[in-house]
Amino acid sequence: MAVSPSQPWRLAVGGRIDRTKPLRFTFDGRSLQGFAGDTLASALLANGVDVVGRSFKYGRPRGIVGQGAEEPNAIVRLGTGAASVPNLRATQVQLYEGLAAHSNAKGGFKRYAGAAAGLLPAGFYYKTFMAPKGLWMFWERRLRHAAGFGEAPDGPDPDCYDKLNQHCDVLVAGGGPAGLAAALTAGRAGARVILADERAEFGGSLLASKLRLNGGAAADWAAQAVAELGALGEVTLLRRSTVFGYYDHNFLTILERRTDHLGLVAAPQEGDPATGAAPMKKARQRLHRVRAKQVVLATGALERPLVFANNDLPGVMLASALSTYVNGYGVAPGRRLLLCTANDHAYHAALDWRRAGREVAAVVDVRPNPQGALVKEALASGIEVIGGHGLIEALGGRRVQGALIAPLDAAGLRLAGPGQRMDCDLIACSGGWSPAIHLSSQAGAKPHWSPDASAFLPGTPRQANRSVGAAAGTWALADCLRDGAQAGAEAAALACCGDGLPPFQEPRIAWRGTASALANEPPEEPQQALFLAPHPKPVSRAPKQFVDLQLDVTAADIELAAREGYESVEHVKRYTALGFGTDQGKLGNVNGVAILARALGQDIGATGTTVFRPPYTPVTFGAIAGREQGELLDPERRTAMHGWHEAQGAAWENVGRWKRPWHYPKPGETMRQAVDRECLAVRNGVGILDASTLGKIDIQGPDAAVFLDRIYTGGFLKLGLGRCRYGLMLKENGTIFDDGVTARLAERRYLLHTTTGNAEAVFAWLELWRQTEWPELQVYCTSVTDHWATAALAGPRARAVLQKVCRGIDLSATAFPFMAVRCGQVAGVPARVLRISFSGELSFEVNVPAHQGQRVWDALLEAGAECGITPYGTEAMHVLRAEKGFIIVGQDTDGSMTPDDMGLGWAVRPNKVFGFLGDRSLSLADHQREDRLQLVGLKPLDARSVIPEGAQILSTTDVRPPAAMQGHVTSSYFSAVLNRSIALAMLKGGRRRMGETVHCPLTGGQFIAAQVVNPVFYDPDGERQRA
Amino acid sequence: MLQIHCPYCQGLRSEEEFAYGGEAHIRRPADPGALTDQAWGEYLHFRKNPRGLHRELWQHAAGCRRYFNVLRDTVSYEILKVYPIGEKP
Repeated sequence: MAVSPSQPWRLAVGGRIDRTKPLRFTFDGRSLQGFAGDTLASALLANGVDVVGRSFKYGRPRGIVGQGAEEPNAIVRLGTGAASVPNLRATQVQLYEGLAAHSNAKGGFKRYAGAAAGLLPAGFYYKTFMAPKGLWMFWERRLRHAAGFGEAPDGPDPDCYDKLNQHCDVLVAGGGPAGLAAALTAGRAGARVILADERAEFGGSLLASKLRLNGGAAADWAAQAVAELGALGEVTLLRRSTVFGYYDHNFLTILERRTDHLGLVAAPQEGDPATGAAPMKKARQRLHRVRAKQVVLATGALERPLVFANNDLPGVMLASALSTYVNGYGVAPGRRLLLCTANDHAYHAALDWRRAGREVAAVVDVRPNPQGALVKEALASGIEVIGGHGLIEALGGRRVQGALIAPLDAAGLRLAGPGQRMDCDLIACSGGWSPAIHLSSQAGAKPHWSPDASAFLPGTPRQANRSVGAAAGTWALADCLRDGAQAGAEAAALACCGDGLPPFQEPRIAWRGTASALANEPPEEPQQALFLAPHPKPVSRAPKQFVDLQLDVTAADIELAAREGYESVEHVKRYTALGFGTDQGKLGNVNGVAILARALGQDIGATGTTVFRPPYTPVTFGAIAGREQGELLDPERRTAMHGWHEAQGAAWENVGRWKRPWHYPKPGETMRQAVDRECLAVRNGVGILDASTLGKIDIQGPDAAVFLDRIYTGGFLKLGLGRCRYGLMLKENGTIFDDGVTARLAERRYLLHTTTGNAEAVFAWLELWRQTEWPELQVYCTSVTDHWATAALAGPRARAVLQKVCRGIDLSATAFPFMAVRCGQVAGVPARVLRISFSGELSFEVNVPAHQGQRVWDALLEAGAECGITPYGTEAMHVLRAEKGFIIVGQDTDGSMTPDDMGLGWAVRPNKVFGFLGDRSLSLADHQREDRLQLVGLKPLDARSVIPEGAQILSTTDVRPPAAMQGHVTSSYFSAVLNRSIALAMLKGGRRRMGETVHCPLTGGQFIAAQVVNPVFYDPDGERQRA
Repeated sequence: MLQIHCPYCQGLRSEEEFAYGGEAHIRRPADPGALTDQAWGEYLHFRKNPRGLHRELWQHAAGCRRYFNVLRDTVSYEILKVYPIGEKP
């Protein structure tokens, strides 16, 4: 098969790619070609693209380092515009035809700070930009732009996303050897299993392994296992699915990428002409919300890079990543390899490189005298092994051109001799492996440092989970398979089932090297820890030794932080930004902790690691939102008359989840004109308001009156049949919680009204006391808000209008007085009519079953037509009630007001038998202060000026900060009937300050002067509402 | 997200269905008027904040609407017991 000349580093054979299916793609505008089966990273390497981005802080060229979730440098944005996706790791992006990728970084701070960027130390944000005040604001935007955090999509996402709620017996996170074995035993036991793996294929390390299982390729064994799992009815296999969060009570979240590998926007599913089904959008990603009885964490391990001078040069990569590119993708990105390691496993990379027909300059091993099977294989293959040496500096400009190696002391901490130059164009390194303990740690386990494994291992599980395989620090394949199988069986047994199964048949493992063969996998000798290669110059003066490649954190930065007094690893993280990138320090954290520990003279275990938090890898907002966006974000509540309001062109006000008509503008009317017209109609004729949204609670039982008497400040024991009373509800601390009118419908039945926004809170409050404190009371509460539609007729002509359509109720003032309730028929519909008023006018609130609401509304409009009946909205309602000095809880009160503060002392009945909730608190000393804020009215001296609501109140205009605040304005309107502006306000000791002139400052430096007056501006004796 | 067993509905349900009600077993003084301001203030404002076992009130707000008691470990979030109102801990 001919290899495209455009892919200089592509091998002629090998890899799990399809060379018959070339794919075109672009990177920063360059046209390139890869093959089906490639990741973006493998395709870039095949094309010889060394530099994939510029570093965050210093603008240094960076290349691909890893092969999966750990990749810190190759962070790309796919596409442009609304469908673009930022911050993807090229190592996890599967190539598709037409893929257009853009690198993120634009050159770092260096573009702005020039040479000074080289002098930016740890904590430079804090040191450089914080003082003087405001400088950070200036710099932040420029720095963010320079440093390249990616670009957000610029329009609504064209894709849709789904959320699934799942329950399972056993969730297996990770489908490598240990995970596959666990899923097999749990699945065979009959357990409901979910197996999720972030890659497109299950198999993990088996896919590129040179080991033979049962005489066949390791990948074949994996394929057989997947086939068996797929045939089990209770097993769900999730490919391209990352278990990214582990929360309380074994709740886990999985992001499944369903169509990302096919293109930027999911293709719609075709419609079916046979059934008439319309084409549907296909969900691009799914968020699985899983409640698992048992969890097996088989998340594998991440290889640790070595920290040496200029270790960020393109051409330096992880040993395992190099093996993956050679074996998995047929890509050999260089000519001459130098491998530096402190363990046996990394020798695979040199052997794979040699097998690909490339040259190995040498293996530099920190251990003085390595003797393992793989070492011997390397020697037998003619590879030079230099023991007791370390790689101390990479040489080159935009790509590795050589390396300095030097002998090290036994501990690997100091140089034991002069360095020598090696020629190479590729460096692979391995500092050992870090188990991916993220999920275990998220689930509450505290990781512990194992000096033997040179790694943090999962701590004692705090939830129903177990870590197996490399995630638990188990490296040998045979051990991973055996432990995985055992964990799967154990999890299934604990969750549901699985007694008496035949034991798991472990596959026979064999290995055939170039020079030797073994009947099992090659045993490995102990590794040596190496976290920071020494350099002839001190750390602070040596070329940069990068610990966190994504955020440009160096060994010198960490040592500087330690010198400046930072001791906690969490503080050092925040001071240096170690692990703050989108990769969350997957490569850098352990080296960083080790360097800090050494600088502090501590054990690594004592220094500890930072806390792991979800997500493991970044998650799209689309998946988190799912379908809950746009009109599906939050349910909307509509009254029975909603359609009519809409047809009238009502402007809407959102009250809680309710849609309420705000005002009904006629063509050409401003809001002010509409509200004035509506208010005057109520004062002079008749208006009609949709009051259905008020909370309504039906309270029944022999002890209903006693219950209400305890809940409300007023007396309810003697409320007559058919009568209503205004009630005030307090919290136990004596502050106003809610208010409303309660009607006595029958001997043992009451109807309690709440404010619209507080209905649910009041209902819960009643239930709390009924159930927990007073279970002896025989009383039941039922929310009936949605059962009724309510039309409030208000105005001097209200009685005349209602008379026309009402049967069975004597509407005369004597037979149906103010604050009474009657039942009868309105427009032929059974109705409950309350003579209560929030406008101060003669008013009837007509309640009918909700489904009859529109019918009765129409009848009332028709009956009122000759009186010029005018629908009015919430704004007019607010003006009308303010003219009367009626408060709105939550607008005029703020959770700190007592009844007396609001001039509602009359609604409190002291010396009740039981007392009432909040009673005791009213006598607290603070509630007796004379300078408490009290409700007053304000009349601006200029009757045209409307004070902004929320304005502060001052005694004088001659003030210097800090001014002595006297209070604030809570409600403010232009009153059409009074032809002037009015306001309600909370003023210190306000009731003793009637007649005083106060001043409300405006943002422009002007003031509105106003006179303090009684809060009742209109009809102070209440004659109109009793008419 | 916690999973809570409602003792009335007899089922494990997600935390989303429940509302937290604070510390359980707070006895409201029988005669608040007889208390000093200090004693009343303590009833009003002072709550335990233990590291470890905590008895607390929950309401199955989106279910049966009933209140019940939960014994929960505030470190591990493990729920050791749920029991109805009125039952002694």
